[in-house]
Amino acid sequence: MTMLDTRTADSPGYSGVDPRAAPNGERPTARRRWSPGAGWEFLGSLVAAGCLVLVAFQFASARPLDGMIACWFLGFLVLYGALSRLLHGVRIAKDRLATVCIIAGAAVALFPLIEIIVSVIAQGAPVVFSHFPSFLIHDLSTAAPSDPVWKGGMGHAIVGTFEQVGLATLFTVPVSMLTAIFLSETSSAFSRLVRTIVDCMMGTPSIIAGIFVYLFWVEPKGSSGFSGFAASIALAILMLPIMIRTAEEVIRVVPGSLREAALALGAPRWRVSLRIVLPTARSGLLTAVILGVALAVGETAPALFTAHGSPRYNINPFSGPQANLPLQSFQLILSPNTNQVREGWGGAFILVSLVLALFVAARVAGSSSPRSRRRWRHTPKEVVPS
Amino acid sequence: MTVMAPPSVGFGRPVEDVPVPLKPAQTRADKVFLAMLLVASAIVLLAIVAILYFLVDSSVPAIRYAGLHLITSEHWAQTGTHQQFGLLGALVGTVMIAAIALMVGVPVSLCAALLINEYAPRSAKRWMTSAVDLLAVLPSLLYGLWGLKVLGNQIYGFTKWLSVHASFIPLFREPDATFGNSIFVCGVVVGIMIIPIVTSVSREVMAQAPRDACEAAMALGGTKWGMVTDVILPFARNGILGAVLLGLGRALGETVAVLLILSQTNVIHLNILGPGGGQIPALIANNFESVNALAKSALTVSGLLLFITILAINFTARRVVGRPQIAMQ
Repeated sequence: MTMLDTRTADSPGYSGVDPRAAPNGERPTARRRWSPGAGWEFLGSLVAAGCLVLVAFQFASARPLDGMIACWFLGFLVLYGALSRLLHGVRIAKDRLATVCIIAGAAVALFPLIEIIVSVIAQGAPVVFSHFPSFLIHDLSTAAPSDPVWKGGMGHAIVGTFEQVGLATLFTVPVSMLTAIFLSETSSAFSRLVRTIVDCMMGTPSIIAGIFVYLFWVEPKGSSGFSGFAASIALAILMLPIMIRTAEEVIRVVPGSLREAALALGAPRWRVSLRIVLPTARSGLLTAVILGVALAVGETAPALFTAHGSPRYNINPFSGPQANLPLQSFQLILSPNTNQVREGWGGAFILVSLVLALFVAARVAGSSSPRSRRRWRHTPKEVVPS
Repeated sequence: MTVMAPPSVGFGRPVEDVPVPLKPAQTRADKVFLAMLLVASAIVLLAIVAILYFLVDSSVPAIRYAGLHLITSEHWAQTGTHQQFGLLGALVGTVMIAAIALMVGVPVSLCAALLINEYAPRSAKRWMTSAVDLLAVLPSLLYGLWGLKVLGNQIYGFTKWLSVHASFIPLFREPDATFGNSIFVCGVVVGIMIIPIVTSVSREVMAQAPRDACEAAMALGGTKWGMVTDVILPFARNGILGAVLLGLGRALGETVAVLLILSQTNVIHLNILGPGGGQIPALIANNFESVNALAKSALTVSGLLLFITILAINFTARRVVGRPQIAMQ
């Protein structure tokens, strides 16, 4: 870690731990190498570029805000670069410009994230909360397209989402856990083949899963082929590789010494896998499952030709078209009718709250404290380096 | 370790504590357990074989009917007595959207990866990774909605500026000044959607750059940027290429966002700023249900093409990422 540390364990004054080392044994962070006054150079360029842009745009015919901000940023880069070049030389100037560009570039990723969530909340939350219980309970079977929002609701779509994703999870979890154990605990030509296939399948476009289930399940069954079950097969195809991959990674960081110890105590292989490895990787596996579910909840395309969507309650996932949240919102938003578009935003809001809740749950599960592991007496604490 | 980035976790992460391959005596229960594991893994194999089989099986009628015209013609007439299935327009549109997506997504992702790995203080790292992961779990429907209702209006000024000042490039020539619903907006939205995968894979690879070489670069008085360009990027070059390939795979297959935003025309549409253009997944999603068996078959051909391309891209990416370059000068 610290590469200049030449002391050995028996040299005087060596406690085994480098006092300067960062906590958790992580690599030390580099010191900031800004010379004094750097802040003023930065701020000065920023203000000067802003003033220049304001002055320059006084002579322009139009003053678009986005254009002004872009010019401001470019002007700032030029000024800041030139100033640093003059005062500190080329290397420092390059370094500073790169830092600014990297931070600005990464901020670009944050912008849509905030905007998406804010726009869904702004458009969808009023719809849901102004018709609070009814919007979550009613279906759309009695609401004509031009009817006000209070007549309709998303109850049928919520039921559909829960059933389809639930069924898909039911298929996926056992298969993916077993496959992940297979991939991480054994090593053969077959396991390498499976691993390759899992990796390749991870980017399967959701529409392909939809077509496949249509050809394989819906079409042969004729006109009654659409069902929530068909959608859950499509979802399972999309969830499977993701869950296997994540679970495999989690299982792989379980220390090998733990397995060896169990084997040395005479435990058979299956016991080692099921009673030692899986419980040790518990929180990571839970995260894998929750994330797989969160991804599946939001999938629209696989449901298009499988569940097909329906305006009314269909409790039975095994027969008849069934709605789900993303699909129903999608269909409503494409409608020319403003009331239906508003209902669609409401559906999108429910969807995003569901996904966010799952995301937070995954985070909590992933960072569960060692204290919560106490129940599992046979698992040593903190065996998984996090 | 962070488990929050499902598609990417641990490409080529060095495994530190590996059990010695032991061959303990197998009990009968062990054999049963192993058989269960084999069966579970076989399901995955079975899935991909079944997908390919059904797609190929269903593609045959259209291939018999149209032959090479499927990929060399841009005439798409799915109804009427003389049906024509030219996928060229949609193929070109798919590639264009993916190309724009890479141009938008890859620089942002690399910045984000560098920021998280090298620049951010440790306390901010967690939040930044969370934000990137959150981008990954947001449903594509929401991206589509955002592109359709929000971004389309916000980007109007920029697209107009491009069409006025950069119209010497044929791609930006838009005679009628209506914007939005265009390949460009789709590309930007899909570009945002591939940020999580590209970021997390390239982060993984960059994190493997030898720390002692990085510290040596800094200790010799180098700047951080010097360390990045001379140590991290050369080391991670292959891995970043793999990350870009994975992003390309995602960008080619994105359905719902494009379906919402693009006003589809199935001819080659080179004016990326104006409404119109085609994309294969959106073409399938739009038409698959309402057309007759032959047209379904033609759409399946396009799906098969897409699927095979994406499998090949993912396979290549895996090969590339799996072997990060260790050569250092």
